[in-house]
Parts: sequence; structure tokens; C-alpha cells
Amino acid sequence: MKAILALADGRIFHGQSIGAVGETCGEVVFNTSLSGYQEILTDPSYRGEIVTMTYPLIGNSGINSEDVESSKPHLSGFVVKECCKFPSNWRSEMTLDAYLKENNIVGIEGVDTRALVKHIRDHGAQTGIISSLDLDPASLVEKARQAPELIGRDLVKGVSTTENYTWTEGLWDLDEGYRQADAAPKFNVVAYDFGIKRNILRNLISGGCAVTVVPADTPAQQVLEMNPDGVFLSNGPGDPEPISYAQDNIRQLLGKVPLFGICLGHQLLSIALGAKTYKLKFGHRGGNQPVQQKANGKVEITSQNHGFAVDASSLGDDISVTHINLNDNTVEGICHNALPAFSVQYHPEASPGPHDAHYLFDRFIEIMDNFKRNVK
Amino acid sequence: MPKRTDINKILIIGAGPIVIGQACEFDYSGTQACKALKDEGYEVVLLNSNPATIMTDPDFADRTYIEPVTPAVLAKIIEKERPDAVLPTLGGQTALNTAVAVAKDGTLDKFGVELIGAKLPAIEKAEDRTLFKQAMDNIGIAVPRSGLAHNYEEAMAVIEDIGYPAIIRPSFTLGGTGGGIAYNREEYEIMAVGGIDASPTDEILIEESVIGWKEYELEVMRDLADNVVIICSIENFDAMGVHTGDSITVAPAQTLTDKEYQILRDASLKIIREIGVETGGSNIQFGINPKDGHLVVIEMNPRVSRSSALASKATGFPIAKIAAKLSVGYTLDEIRNDITRETYAAFEPTIDYVVTKVPRFTFEKFPSTDPTLTTQMKSVGEAMAIGRTFKESFQKALRSMEIGSDGFESRLFESPADFKRPLTASEQEQLRDKLRVPNVDRVWYLGDALRAGFALDEIYEISGLDPWFLYNIQQIINKEFELYADRQQILSGSEAGQGKLREAKQYGFSDRRLAYLFESNENVIRELRHTHNIRPVYKRVDTCGAEFEAFTPYMYSSYEEECEADPTDKKKIMILGGGPNRIGQGIEFDYCCVHGAFALSADGFETIMVNCNPETVSTDYDTSDRLYFEPLTLEDVLEIVHIEKPTGVIVQFGGQTPLKLAVALEEAGVPVIGTSPDAIDRAEDRERFQALLHKLDLKQPENGLARSFEEAETIAEKIGYPVVVRPSYVLGGRAMEIVYGIDQLQNYMKFAVQASPEHPILIDKFLDHAIEIDVDALADGTDVVIGGIMQHIEEAGIHSGDSACSLPPYSLPQDQIEEVRRQTRALALELNVIGLMNIQFALKDGVIYLIEVNPRASRTSPFVSKATGRPLAKIAARLMAGKTLKELGIEGDIVPDHVAVKESVFPFAKFPGVDTLLGPEMKSTGEVMGLDKDFGKAFAKAQLGAGVNLPLSGKVFVSIKDSDKPATIEIAKKLVEAGFSLVATEGTAKILEDNGLAVEKVNKVKEGRPHCVDAIKNGDIAMVFNTTFGIQSIADSYSIRRSALMHSVAYFTTVTGMDAAVDGIMAMQRESLDAVALQEYSF
Repeated sequence: MKAILALADGRIFHGQSIGAVGETCGEVVFNTSLSGYQEILTDPSYRGEIVTMTYPLIGNSGINSEDVESSKPHLSGFVVKECCKFPSNWRSEMTLDAYLKENNIVGIEGVDTRALVKHIRDHGAQTGIISSLDLDPASLVEKARQAPELIGRDLVKGVSTTENYTWTEGLWDLDEGYRQADAAPKFNVVAYDFGIKRNILRNLISGGCAVTVVPADTPAQQVLEMNPDGVFLSNGPGDPEPISYAQDNIRQLLGKVPLFGICLGHQLLSIALGAKTYKLKFGHRGGNQPVQQKANGKVEITSQNHGFAVDASSLGDDISVTHINLNDNTVEGICHNALPAFSVQYHPEASPGPHDAHYLFDRFIEIMDNFKRNVK
Repeated sequence: MPKRTDINKILIIGAGPIVIGQACEFDYSGTQACKALKDEGYEVVLLNSNPATIMTDPDFADRTYIEPVTPAVLAKIIEKERPDAVLPTLGGQTALNTAVAVAKDGTLDKFGVELIGAKLPAIEKAEDRTLFKQAMDNIGIAVPRSGLAHNYEEAMAVIEDIGYPAIIRPSFTLGGTGGGIAYNREEYEIMAVGGIDASPTDEILIEESVIGWKEYELEVMRDLADNVVIICSIENFDAMGVHTGDSITVAPAQTLTDKEYQILRDASLKIIREIGVETGGSNIQFGINPKDGHLVVIEMNPRVSRSSALASKATGFPIAKIAAKLSVGYTLDEIRNDITRETYAAFEPTIDYVVTKVPRFTFEKFPSTDPTLTTQMKSVGEAMAIGRTFKESFQKALRSMEIGSDGFESRLFESPADFKRPLTASEQEQLRDKLRVPNVDRVWYLGDALRAGFALDEIYEISGLDPWFLYNIQQIINKEFELYADRQQILSGSEAGQGKLREAKQYGFSDRRLAYLFESNENVIRELRHTHNIRPVYKRVDTCGAEFEAFTPYMYSSYEEECEADPTDKKKIMILGGGPNRIGQGIEFDYCCVHGAFALSADGFETIMVNCNPETVSTDYDTSDRLYFEPLTLEDVLEIVHIEKPTGVIVQFGGQTPLKLAVALEEAGVPVIGTSPDAIDRAEDRERFQALLHKLDLKQPENGLARSFEEAETIAEKIGYPVVVRPSYVLGGRAMEIVYGIDQLQNYMKFAVQASPEHPILIDKFLDHAIEIDVDALADGTDVVIGGIMQHIEEAGIHSGDSACSLPPYSLPQDQIEEVRRQTRALALELNVIGLMNIQFALKDGVIYLIEVNPRASRTSPFVSKATGRPLAKIAARLMAGKTLKELGIEGDIVPDHVAVKESVFPFAKFPGVDTLLGPEMKSTGEVMGLDKDFGKAFAKAQLGAGVNLPLSGKVFVSIKDSDKPATIEIAKKLVEAGFSLVATEGTAKILEDNGLAVEKVNKVKEGRPHCVDAIKNGDIAMVFNTTFGIQSIADSYSIRRSALMHSVAYFTTVTGMDAAVDGIMAMQRESLDAVALQEYSF
């Protein structure tokens, strides 16, 4: 079945429908990861986005029940060059196409994805529409233009949990799959779910934490009443600016409990600390982004997924930039100089992507440990 | 960290001659290293015996030693040059082993020289099987169960524990030489003993077989700050059990989830850190159990490897260049990414295409060896192709190999109409066999199995080929059915037909394959495409999946939407490369292409390179202004010409590959520059060539052209035996044979007709005991300059590519040299050669005969350039672009006052069962050069460089055919004067004794033991002189030559070779050989 991807600026790509038959709007972005499409599909941070994979052959290792970062795909649409109908992997349970259909995700294949990526790179991420229903390019462009943009929207509410829950699954192992939590966790962590990826929770569990996940708008007081050793600020979709409730809560938690933020959590922490964020031209999405630790000059290869960034010049004197992106010198990590609060723009939990930044979870645990001892 | 300032002078070790397992990828890496370190202001000293390399061009290092790559020579150079550091990780296993030797014997310490890149303990940890296993245990990474053995008894004890099948890996050998897979005790005994023998440390590892597992490779880089990045992942098409050099491989890894890939990545980081490779690139191979994902590490190369070259070309990330910079202290975040300009080398490349590498074999040259693919590498070259899908990439790779494949040709079905025929039971069995045992033709049999409807599961069970690959190939085969069924519609050009044609092109089908499926011809398909504007676009290789703008036009074609070629309107010249390495066409031609690009670029042209060989310097993105990584077929070249519209296209540098396209390109209106395609045809076409000689009153051996056996018989009778027979239009003496009688002729015709059905057979009088002469010349249509005259050491009848030769000639009379010059000039002017030409002459009884004229760059062009200091290919490129010799100030023939000897290097050790006798069919893979003041020394150096250990004393075993006996007496006398004693079998002994020489007699093999082969195996013989004639006598003496080869005993199989060897030995006895840099010679 034919399908069309139309961009708001009028560029049209023809292809064939994959996944659900239908029509979907979203900001068209690209991800340069060679592997990990299943984790990308299920990463809640992609809400509101149509994700283009730069690697042309997607679906080769199928879909399995383990490699998920949330309960279902959250992205608005999926664009690939060739969607593999015959996956080969000992863990594969179904095809990508079947999975997209099952989850009602509209996708398109057969697109010159490189041309699309270059277009986004040169003209910026923008709204687009995939349709296998309406094949009139002019009509689709018009629809794309009418669709809401990402800036200024609160996309967190659509992906956050509505109730508290306890997480117990630890990191994945080839032999045992996901391991369960230790009997006696050393730390209590409350994790704000702005669209949290499960592998963050798994890292915390394997680091010896008991984790309670709370809705994005949980008041700070309520969190403090849970008597946590640390509070985690999760990743999530969209623009951090309009998520003022989270910023307020973070301000109230600052200094009272160690804070660790990732991605959107990092942006929210930064805003709470007085910084500003801005929208990148086309964002960082992939598993090969080089980040340098300022303290020791070491380079880590990181997994990233963000369209907004923290403006370095807006950071106050009490904040240090701890990590920068070597490609474009954007802020990748900050810490408060006096208070136990730090965050990174990228994804140390990987999944998908390299594990180079795993040490950040250890750092969080160390900070919680110190804080606990100093308080007591 | 900035670069180190405590070191100033760095010695780089090259890889020496091209051999199986170590090809021109190390010229690529070495050249990059030389350039990078010179750019950084270091003084670079280079050791490499291979004159056909770019790296040994005098501009690339401050001091260039074209000397044997041996520990002794390296030690001498270290003593003389006093470098601060030695960089051993860019010249393959040869460089690594040589460096280890001088590290261990104390030379490095003595002169205060540091190893950079990898230190001795790291090298040993990676290379020594026991240490490696321990290291992997330390970090909890599994290796296949294994045990070491140093003799037969140990080997038998180890196998008890491992069980069959078992893999035998000799320690410290290259490309798995001497290794293999043993399925039973009988095979195991042979391989174990052979492996111990092949190992320089008399050691083998016997390893649990993980045959059938998935095989992966990761290319890893580390800097002194302990930053580690993965450059590329590679998945092998062939399952474990086939040497990775012989496997079809694909980048990136295709069938791993991210979780599984990260296991490999984490393991790679741990391994490089545990082994302790400080800086640079390493290659790590893994096996993964397809049933449960369990992983074992197979091996790690603590150096830049063939796979690194592939990974560099596959990603655009220049591993060797970066490795060189890291070795002097830079960190990855300090080195710019040339392609994006804004980003740094500290990242992991991501690609948005699929890369397929296909090995190229030459089993046809070694019919007596087993063509099964195993853990010992046997391929001599490779082609790489890039496409947006696996299907496109794979089909492009098949046609890049230049083995006459346009795609998935059938091996069992006659025609497309026959594709659906049910196979007979025996055909099905044949298919299963061909799928089960890895072999060169397996992918084509796979195509037939899919045509015949074999289920993917069954094929997977039999072959171990991953179902993902099988599925993709099934899609191609199914598409063939559809295309055949729809042929009328497609040929009609209807709109639906156009859509189907475009889709076929997106699947990677070549025009030629489509023509076959449509029962049409290539030109019709091309016109159909062009009429409907179905043309490829060109995408860029940019390291980053288009995330950043690419500033280096490194391109590949694809039937996609958007073209990024962005051609300029500059004056531009396109150079067609030589494609995959093979015997007869290798690095020498790449050298010429690269020189052409350098010269034309210096003259202000934009240069465009087209090639598909990932090992080469020509496919480095900074060799030419624009690089098209594409197959060298008419279709692919015409499309590039269409997009680029070059001012001129050069076909004479890339060997026979582009030359074969010359006429068709010209017919298609392509501006071929240099010697005209018509002149090329005049030199190549038998009859036109004869007319040319007749016109110039030049002689050639009597000859004739036969289209049937009867004709051949008549011609041979008329000319008189022995005759040389060969098919027309061949390179490297393919299927050429000297025929001594009618029976042999009959046999040959069966073989040759099969080898080359479309072409008739050429028959020439064989000039027995003639001296062969090779000439390279430059011409501009008005003037001719002789580049060099080389006298072959082996007599005519031995392929010029296999013969050693001397520049200047070492025994030719001056008047004959003058005559050779005169004839060369006459031919160059008559053919209106613009650029290079190569002529082979034979001198017999004072008469000069023309053997062959090649109006193109030759295999000897780089050798002559190095020997004379005159860069022939650069000059030729300028001539082709319109300059004259006078304008370039090139006049007069250079006759150097030193002597350069070229010696060839053979792959016999890799091919069990193959005789080492030389003949008219070329068998060598590479060459070395010996350079010195006199012939003897230069010859001795050439031998050392080629790995032949000329003895200074001991026993020489002499077994000579009757016709050589008189000449041998003089040689034997010289040997005795030089202090050697003689050992001979009855017949030869008698002649020598009759001439007053003392001889120790020894039994022939058939005369009972102990015999001459026992003596060789026992180490009693220092050198073997053996010439032989006639099928029986060749068979009888085979084991003499083979055992000399396997026991590294110097052997010579021609009288002239024997004579030269004695000269070399006597020169070495007079005084030890000096290492002299190229820059010290006066040119």
C-alpha cells in the first residue's frame, strides 16, 4: 500500500505503508543508531515525534518481549528505508511490521531516508505527516502546517504514570534475562516519571536501590514524605519550558535530598536552577555522540535523544558544566556547586546505546550515601 | 594531550611483499601513517622491501629503506638511524613479528628505542595463545576450549580433551597459514604436524570448533587517555569455520539487537584494555552461538589489519591515519574528522548504507589444491560494494569481482526458461554438497537452491548461513522470476514496466543480468533505462549518517531519489582503477592510478578515482579530489561519466580491467585520453599486431591461431614443438602452457576451450633458453623515452611476473640493448602511444623477438620508477593530459649506476599439493626489490626480502635435467670454490664427478630410503638446485621442491636462477650487506 510523508515546508517523500494504515502527525526527527530500534520505539521521549532511522535496514532482529523501555510505543510515526519482513534472531518473536500494526503506529518504508535526513539537517526538524489514507501531497502539506508544534506543549502528561508504583526489575543478562531486585536495598529512590525509560529504573535497582515511581506532577512535599535517599528526575518528551509544575517541585526538593536528572530531567533541573533552554535545530538522537567530562577530559560515547538543550550562558555561578558535547559544544551535564544535585542531557542508562556512562549511576549512589551519612 | 615532543624520529615498518593474508591494505595503512607523522613534523624512517608501494615513494618518508624486512636489517637500520621510536602496528603481522624480534633480542633497549602503538607485553599477550587465554579469563570473557602442542605427542594428548572437529592454529603465522579444521584423527595428525612446522615457534593451538556460529568483528581504537571507540562492526556472511579473509562480510552487523551488540562492544573495550594496546586500532573477532547468543572471543590483532582497511573504507574513518596520530600522544578528541570538518575523531561512525566485501580467489591457477574454504586464508584479493540495501550492495559486490559474474548466475539451469525445471536427485545432492562445504561458488549454488525451492530452514541447517542473508537472497531470486515473467512488459517501456525496471535496479540488478533475464542485450537495457531516465544517484560516505555536512566527495551509487554527487565544472580527469587484487593484477596498478591522480592534481586538474578495492591507496578519500567506490563495469563507469562529464578518462593505469573497457567507452562517446583504443586494439589483436610488426620489420616467434584441435595440431607441427599455447586476451598468463608434444596439446585444448570458450587459441614457437627482456617506455606521439630495460633472470617461458629481473641488464651485450631501444621507439611511434607502454622481448641466438606489447602501465612501472628515480606513471598522466616529454623536460634514458633486482613472492606454502615449478602461467602474489651497488648484492637482498635464506655454507643438493647439465658444471664449480659441498643423485653426480668435482651421492625418492627428501627434512641440505623436464620427472621431483619449500630451504629451479644465487652468495661472503636508504642513491 502506498504512503506519503509530507513535511510542513512542502517536501514530499513517497513510499509504502508499514504498520497501521492511517494518518499521523508529528515532528520529524532522525536517529542515527545502528541498532536498538525496539528500544527507540518504546522510549516515551519520542512522543509527538515521527522518527526516521538513518540506518536503512530496520527490523532485522525482529521484536522480542524483553527489549522494551515502556509498556508500548509512544512515537507518532516511524520512517525507514527497508522494513525487514523476515527477522533473524534467537530472541525474535514477531516482525517489526506486525508490532507496529498491533500498537497502531503508522509507518512508511521505501523512503530515501538519507535525503530526508539531509533535509531535516539543513532546514531543521519540523512537523510532518505520514498518511496511507490521503495520498494528495498538497492536502498533506496543509495538514502538517495546521498540526501543533512541539514548542510550548506539555507532552509529559500523556506519558507519565498516573499512580505510584514500585519497580523491581534489574538489568538484563544474556543468561538470566532481567534480574530481580536485591532483597535488601540500601537506598530509597523516588523517580519522577516524565516519560521514564525502564532501563534507568533497572540501573537503579541493580545499583541497590528500592525505586518508587511517581507521577510527573507529584508535589515535592508528598515526595519528601516518602523519605527518599534520593530523587530521580527522568527523561521525557518535548519542551521543558511549559512543565512548570515539575520545575517548582524540583526547586522545593533542592538541597533537601540528592537529585539526579537525565535528559528532560536535566533540563527541568537546569530551569529550576535558573537556566534557560532552547530548541536545537534538529537535536541529538543516536548512540554515537561524544561527550567529554570536564573534570578529567575523558570521552564517553553516549546515547542521546533530545531536541532541546540548556543554554550554557544562562547558568548561574553556583552551577558548573560537568560535561560537554564534543560535536557542538552544547551542555551535556551540570552539577550544583554546593547542593547534591546533578544531571546529564544524555542517557547513561543506554538502551539503546553504549554503556560508557554507567558510572553516573554509581555517582548518584555515592552522593546519596554521603548525604545520608552527613545528615545522620 | 598534545603530541609528544620527546621523540623526533620514528621508524615505521612496512609489510614487505604482497602475500596471501597481507596485501596492499598495509600500503594503505603505512602510507597514511607516513603522511600523518610527516605532517606532524616528525622525521620518518621507513623500512619496506616492496617497491610497488606508495609508501616507499621517496617523498613519503625522510629515509626510505627498500631493504628486506628482517630483524637483522631492522637492527642495522636502527643502529644507523638511531630513531627515538619504532611504530610496528601498521605493517601487518610482518612488521609486528620483526619488531618483536628486535625488542626481544635487546636491540631496542641497546639503542634506547621505544615501541609506540603497542608495547611488547601487549603484543605478546595478544599473539601468544596461552597469555591471551589467561587475559580473557581475567576479564571473564570466554574463549573456545583449547590446548597447546609443540610436538606430535602433545598434539595427540590435547585432542583427547577437545574432540572433533577441532581447529588447528599455528602460533605467529599470518592468515592462518598451516592451520585448518580436522574432522577426524587422520586429518588431525597431518594438520597438527604441518601446523607445528609452519609456526616459527613450533607451536599450535588446538581449539574447540565453533563451526556454524555467527562470526563478528569489531574495529576498536584506543588513545593514551584510555578513550576507546568502536569504528565499525562487521558480520560475516559465512559462519565460523571460514577464515574471515575468505568470508563474504557485511558492515554493519545486521542481525543483533542492541543488547547483544552492546555485549560485544563491552567485551571489546575490556579486551583492548586488558591486552593493553595503548594506542591505535585493533581488531577483535567473536563467535556467537546462533541458538542462545553466547559469545566467545576468537582472536585479537593488536594492530591495524585487513579488516581495519575495510572498516576505514566502509565508514570513511581513516583508522591508520588516526592510529599514527594516537601513537605520538594525541587523543581522539584532539583529532579533527576530515569529512565533517567540525567534529572530532572521538566518536563512533554511523553509516546509512550496507557494505559488502567479497573475497577473490585464484584456485584456477592452482588446480591441484583443495578449493575448500577453511580457517587458512586462500583468497588473493577482495572487492567491496556499497548500496542502500543489502540486496543492492551484494549484487554490486558480485559484479565488482570481475570473474565474469553479473549477479546470481545459475550453475545448474540452462536459461531463465529453465529456472523452474525440477532438479534431478543427483543435482539436488550436488546442491546440498555445495551448500554444506564452504567453497568459492557457494553463493551461486545458493541461488540455484532457492530457485529449486529449497526451504530457508533446510539451507540454514546445511550451510549455517544466517536466515537473514538467505531471505534477502531469496528476494533477489524471486525478483528474477518476476522479471523474467514480466520481460515483455518491461522491454515495452510501459509505465508499469518502467516501475518494475526501477525496482529491479533498486535490487542491484546489473544491466547485463537484466539482459540475460530479458533475453535481450546490455545496450538495449541501458537505452531503455536512459530513455525513461532510470539512472543511479550518488550518495556520500560521511561517517555520520548525514548528521553533519560532508566535505569529502566519497561516493557510491544507488537507485534512490536524491543525488549528492554535486559535480563541479572544473577541468577534470577520471582514472579507472584496477578492481580487486588478483594474481597478475595487484598493487602495481594501484600505484600507477595513485601517481596519476597526484600528478594531475598538481597540474590543476580535478581528479576522479573509480575503484572497488578497499585495500588500496587509490580508494583513500584524500588520494583524489573525488572518489567513486564503484564496480568497474561498463554500466557503472558510463553512469559516473554521465554525472561527472570528465574532460578525459584514463584507462591505461588500472591494468587489464579498464583497458578492456576502452573500446566500448570510446564507442559510447567517452573521452578516453592517452593511447587511442584503436592503438590498444592494434597491440592486443593478433592479426593487427602481426601486420604492425610486418610493417616495422620486427620479428616475433613463429605462431598461428587455432579455432579447433585439428588446426592447432597442424600449426604446432608446422612451427615445431615445443610451442606455447594460450587463449587470446588474457592477463597473468592465465591458462598458458608450454607444450612439448601432441598428447599434451590434446589435453590442453580440452582445458583451454573450457577456460575460454569465445576465444581461439594462440600458438607460438617456444624460445628455449632465450633471455627475456622487459621494457617500460614513455611516449607522447613525437618522442619516446625508455623508462627502464630489465633483463629477466629466469629464462623465457617463465611468466614475466614470476621471473626475477635486473635493472640495468646484467649480462646483455650493448648492441642488443641498443636494438631493444630502437625497436621500442619504432613501436611506440607507430602505435602513437601517449603515456606508458611495456614490451617484452626475447633474445635467442643473437636475434631479438617481440613477445608482447602492452600499451598501458605495466606491473614493472613502480619497480622501474623506484630503481631509476623517474616517476613513470606521473609523467605518463601528464602526457595523457596533453603535455609533451619536451615540455616536461624528460629526455634521455636513465641507466643507474646501481643495480635493482626484482624478485617475486609465491603463495605455494598456502596451497598444499601444489608444485613450486615456475611456468608461463603467473603464480606470484607480490614482489620485493633488492638495491645495491652490484648485481650479486642486489640479488641477495632481493632473495632475503622474498624470504629466501641464501646459505653461506653447507651442502647443496643438485638434481638437474640433461639439457642443463653442461651449464650446471660451471655453477657447481663456483659453489665448491665458495666452500659448499655437493650432494646429488646418480645421474647428476656422475656428470659432476666426471668434471672433477667431489659429490656425495644420495638416493632419489623412488630408489629407497634414506633419500634426498629425507636429507632436506632433516636439515642436512642448505640449498636445492633442481631443474626438471617431462611429466614423469616433474612428478618424481615434486616432493624435493615441496619439502624444500615447507622447510624453508632455498631452492632454485632454473639454471639462470642458480647462477644468480651463487653470485648473490659470493657477494654476501665478500662483505655483509649494508642497509642503504633510497635517498642516499644518486639518480
